[in-house]
Amino acid sequence: MEQFLQQLLNGLFLGSIYALIALGYTMVYGVLRFINFAHGDVFMLGAFSGLYLNKWLGPALAPFHWSLSLTVILVLSMALCAALGILIEFLAYRPLRNRPRLNVLITAIGVSLLIEYTGQLVFGATQQPFPALIPADNIALTGNLAVTNTQMIVFVTVVVLLVALRYIVMSTRMGLAMRALSLNPTASALMGVNNSVVISFTFGLGSALAAAGGILYASLYPSVEPFMGIIPGLKAFIAAVLGGIGNIPGAALGGLIIGVTETLVGGYSSAIGLPTGYKDGVAFVILILILLFKPSGLLGKTEREKV
Amino acid sequence: MKRYQAQIALLAALLISFMVSQFSGRMNDYYLDIVLTAGISVILAVSLNLVNGHTGQFSLGHAGFMAVGAYGAAVVSLQLGPQLATILGSSGTGEGVAFLIALVTGGLAAALCGWIVGVPSLRLRGDYLAIVTLGFNEIIRVVLQNTTPDGVFGGALGLGGIPASTSIFWAFGAAAICIYVVTTMIGSTWGRGFLAVRDDEIAAGSMGINTTRYKVTAFVVGAFFAGVGGGLYAHQKGAINPEGFNFLKSVDVVVMVILGGMGSTVGVILAAIVLTVLNEYLRDFEQYRMIIFSLLLIVMMIVRPQGLLPATLFQKKGRTA
Repeated sequence: MEQFLQQLLNGLFLGSIYALIALGYTMVYGVLRFINFAHGDVFMLGAFSGLYLNKWLGPALAPFHWSLSLTVILVLSMALCAALGILIEFLAYRPLRNRPRLNVLITAIGVSLLIEYTGQLVFGATQQPFPALIPADNIALTGNLAVTNTQMIVFVTVVVLLVALRYIVMSTRMGLAMRALSLNPTASALMGVNNSVVISFTFGLGSALAAAGGILYASLYPSVEPFMGIIPGLKAFIAAVLGGIGNIPGAALGGLIIGVTETLVGGYSSAIGLPTGYKDGVAFVILILILLFKPSGLLGKTEREKV
Repeated sequence: MKRYQAQIALLAALLISFMVSQFSGRMNDYYLDIVLTAGISVILAVSLNLVNGHTGQFSLGHAGFMAVGAYGAAVVSLQLGPQLATILGSSGTGEGVAFLIALVTGGLAAALCGWIVGVPSLRLRGDYLAIVTLGFNEIIRVVLQNTTPDGVFGGALGLGGIPASTSIFWAFGAAAICIYVVTTMIGSTWGRGFLAVRDDEIAAGSMGINTTRYKVTAFVVGAFFAGVGGGLYAHQKGAINPEGFNFLKSVDVVVMVILGGMGSTVGVILAAIVLTVLNEYLRDFEQYRMIIFSLLLIVMMIVRPQGLLPATLFQKKGRTA
């Protein structure tokens, strides 16, 4: 029982990061109706910018408490990746607005590969250790349940970001415009919403969340490499589909479910006679099941395609 | 005569590849290897073109089906090879039939996987298929990597000692059959359904076309030929491992289809040959290769989404397809 609770907790922390990345997929899908394949790579760039910012700013920030330097690095790399996300949208996706979906999808794959291989050229192909931005420490909960300091900070940061996102989407004018655009792009343009600005903002917001996810993920699993974004990116996308793509609370829920299921399968794989390597396949099995039985996702609405 | 044009072309291609194959012994091994790789690339690109080009879906898992075919064919050759040899005899024809059995088994295994993956995802819109096939590609790789090293599939190290049966005849014969099947299928009255699904799925559906059925058919046929291509690849290289069928292998094929022009068989064949040869000469720039490819994808989509040699180039004026 205790082992089960421990696995559940570990899954929750991993899932909260998936949720963060999944939000970016779901928001972009909401406004542009396409899968931004490059999202996982922005996640990777977030982790790398954390690494380099720490290298450059580390000495200057050393006298202060670690929480301040963590916040500075987090906010800076979020801003950096937000700018990058907006740039990607402007250069690669904007010229393709109103083109067939397939073309946009292919471009997105191109952008993803471009970031990965340029990353390989710039950062090197080998894994690099990620600095401990959060000092390692164990917090013992009741009984034998152990939670590390890092896990706790990761979870708190994710919750803060989610609350901030909810505020932006539900209570600001820009959020209102985002919701209007995802409901009906033509109507929102007629009501005076500048769709291009809203789309840029959405890309920026999603990329900032991905960057935060990258730094937090690298804090939990402290090694970074140029291809680290592919698998978490795919899993987060599956989380978005599971929750109902385009649906923001759904993405968060899906992320938690994927994280918990994966950790449980990883923890008990030996008991049910599976190699632990199979844990990475769990998410895809969930994807196939959800596409078979409820393609609109857990919280999504069925959308009828109209002519 | 005109009625049997395609069949005559197929027979001629088989005959020519058989004749050329008789002289392949005199060819430099290095160039022979490139020629065989080009033939296999043509199979992969033309079969992916059926799914991505003609039917308008987007599969990113061609290397996964290739892996299934490669392992299927290799296992038949390695495990059942001796038994087949005793039944069929060890003459040239007997070996040929044994190789044919191995290739078809690999292809059928891949087709079965294609059906399992295609049925749930093809009921939905195109972009899900991209993710599901990408996931399938990963799962196949993970599963093969986690098999026991001394088992039938050889684990992460893969399989070695596969007989080098792939010759010019087999590679280009299979390519000719693949091209024949795809073009005649698309050209037939029934096959117009594929193009209808691509052009407008809703309109096609309301004209009484079973869109899911067409999509699954295209996907399964594409997977079959990817499997055959994989089988040929395994019997060309003599050794295969799971890493060789990763996502990037799929991207290579996708780039061929997009450069050649989605839906243009001639364009895709040329792109497959040109890119295979180019890859060989760009070996020294390996680290820039993927950067160039990915930039090509982006620029092509913005500037010339129909590909370098689109299908419309080869049509008679006044005819639409």
